[in-house]
Amino acid sequence: MSAPETTALVGRRPARLVLGRHLVPLAGPVALTIVVGVASSAFSDSVQLQLHTALVTTAMVVGLSVFSGNSGIVSFGHVSFVGVGAFAAGIMSMPAQQKATVFPELFGFIRDNDLGNVASLALGALVGGIFALVVGTALVRLSGLGAGIATFAVLGITRNVLRNWSGVGPGAKAIPSIPQTTGLTQATVALLVCIGVAYAYQASRWGRRLRASREDPAAARGSGIGVYKERLIAFALSGAVAGFAGAVYVHLLGSVSVDQVYLELTFLTLAMLVVGGIDSLWGAVVGGLFVSLLNSLLFEGEKGLSVVGIDVTLPASSSNIAIAVVMMIVILVRPRGITGGRELRLRALRRPRRAEG
Amino acid sequence: MKYVQYLIDAIALGSLYALVALGIGLVFGVMRIVNLAHGELLMAGGYTLYETNGWPAVLRVLTALAVVIAVALLMERLALRPLRRASPTTTLVMTFAVSFLLRSIAQKRWSAQGKTMNLFTDLNQAFTIGELRIKYLTIAAVVVGGVLLGAVTLFLDRTDLGLQMRATASDERIAQALGVRANHVVVGAFVIAGVLATAALVLFAPQRPVVTPDFGLQIAILALVGVVVGGMDKPSSATLGGFFIGFANSMLFSLLPKGQRVFLDSALYGLVIVVLLVRPSGLFQRETVTSRL
Repeated sequence: MSAPETTALVGRRPARLVLGRHLVPLAGPVALTIVVGVASSAFSDSVQLQLHTALVTTAMVVGLSVFSGNSGIVSFGHVSFVGVGAFAAGIMSMPAQQKATVFPELFGFIRDNDLGNVASLALGALVGGIFALVVGTALVRLSGLGAGIATFAVLGITRNVLRNWSGVGPGAKAIPSIPQTTGLTQATVALLVCIGVAYAYQASRWGRRLRASREDPAAARGSGIGVYKERLIAFALSGAVAGFAGAVYVHLLGSVSVDQVYLELTFLTLAMLVVGGIDSLWGAVVGGLFVSLLNSLLFEGEKGLSVVGIDVTLPASSSNIAIAVVMMIVILVRPRGITGGRELRLRALRRPRRAEG
Repeated sequence: MKYVQYLIDAIALGSLYALVALGIGLVFGVMRIVNLAHGELLMAGGYTLYETNGWPAVLRVLTALAVVIAVALLMERLALRPLRRASPTTTLVMTFAVSFLLRSIAQKRWSAQGKTMNLFTDLNQAFTIGELRIKYLTIAAVVVGGVLLGAVTLFLDRTDLGLQMRATASDERIAQALGVRANHVVVGAFVIAGVLATAALVLFAPQRPVVTPDFGLQIAILALVGVVVGGMDKPSSATLGGFFIGFANSMLFSLLPKGQRVFLDSALYGLVIVVLLVRPSGLFQRETVTSRL
């Protein structure tokens, strides 16, 4: 694959040019986020909730893409970082008096303290990042499918521990009474923050080095790039973004149980990334929002929907089948994702793109 | 004596996972595709068993076999063949989409509630030798597993199609240049994978009698982990990996103290991570230079 932005190592450029280079790729995801956020206020409460979920899920996909997009290694375990972020924020947001009665077996410092909204979000990012840094130290030495399976093993362990160790988690129960502070503003701002962090990373020298290693590991190593180090930086950063997204997510849900951050979410976020286009941030955002909106539309369709004056009612619980079929069609028609794995560029808007080789 | 009992149980479970793993490994060998939807073949067979409850057992197994092979071939033709040249990530997500589709269909048709397969339940009875308690199912698992693995090995070694499969697995481009027809080989691999999946299903059915939409996924994920741990590149190492994961699962379950058994998954996945770190290209495979990169 050709990725001019990874090979063109430019020196200093006039400020106007640098701004132009960063403006368009960043403007697309930002604009899309704001449009979805603002548009959500025009709908009924249940649709609003779905749109906010779409924004938060997309933030998770952006977190995943920081590592998988730049390194070319598919991680099946990023939901474990979403999970620890969600659980850390969730359990620390639950009022302390209530915790003492509902979860008496928690460690004292977890049981007897609680945090405000912003602090709990920061905690989610911190815990996700540190966890990713620790497991990443070992795992980034692996490549390809071995790395995928190892990250999945981390997910298995995370779930198993959270579910069964009553010192740190709620066990088989859900964490109740988490303040539902994630609404339109928090969901939109959170996604914008994630996009900003992801873009800053991929435009940085670390991001460029890692993408060089994605294209050709041997050549990257030959040019003096420490592939493990670069991967580890990306892994920890994407763990932090995922943990942050998880923290925002629990404040949307109001309660969280272990199974909500396991296989289904793993598959959903991965599918979003691939449907959008795994190699770019634009792909992560488009894929996340596209699949989420499709999901909501089909879900609403089951309840009955009026499309241009025609009432459509889909058969019950058929939305999953439809979403699977749409996913398959998108993959068959555009194997590299809706965006083709590119960042948004003005040229791409002005003239039809060449056929891909 | 206690440990001999553990060993017997572990070998039985290992043989079952070896069957599933060989199916995944063969398909990966000829297509370079990790088929996440392999478990849904077991699921499809499981629901067939449920629907045919009351028929003679042999007929039910044959019907399940036919359904499983049909699903496998449809999967290959409709979803995977068009993606022959796509990147591994894309095909991986495609097989996930297929898995999700089949599970959604099952959920809609049969609901998330489990359905009883009710096949060969007599095999759960046991006989005792001294202190050892051996289920008939254990014998069946080891015998059927051994026979099928032997048969597939003979097939790969002695027949033309088997030779073509091995050739494709070791170098697809050269194999095709020498006149191997890719589609034949792939169809062959999917048919064998279907046979192996059905056999595994029939052996799982007495001990896990309830089929749910997630039935196959749970089995296939563990088998897939085994395949990667064993080494994907050769069917033999994939099979050994599958055996290893089933064996380790059963052994850890027996050896962990009762109160700690809930942490079985952690122990197992921890072991997997250690194996992957120590031998990145697989437990039963030689290191290659490129696999280190």
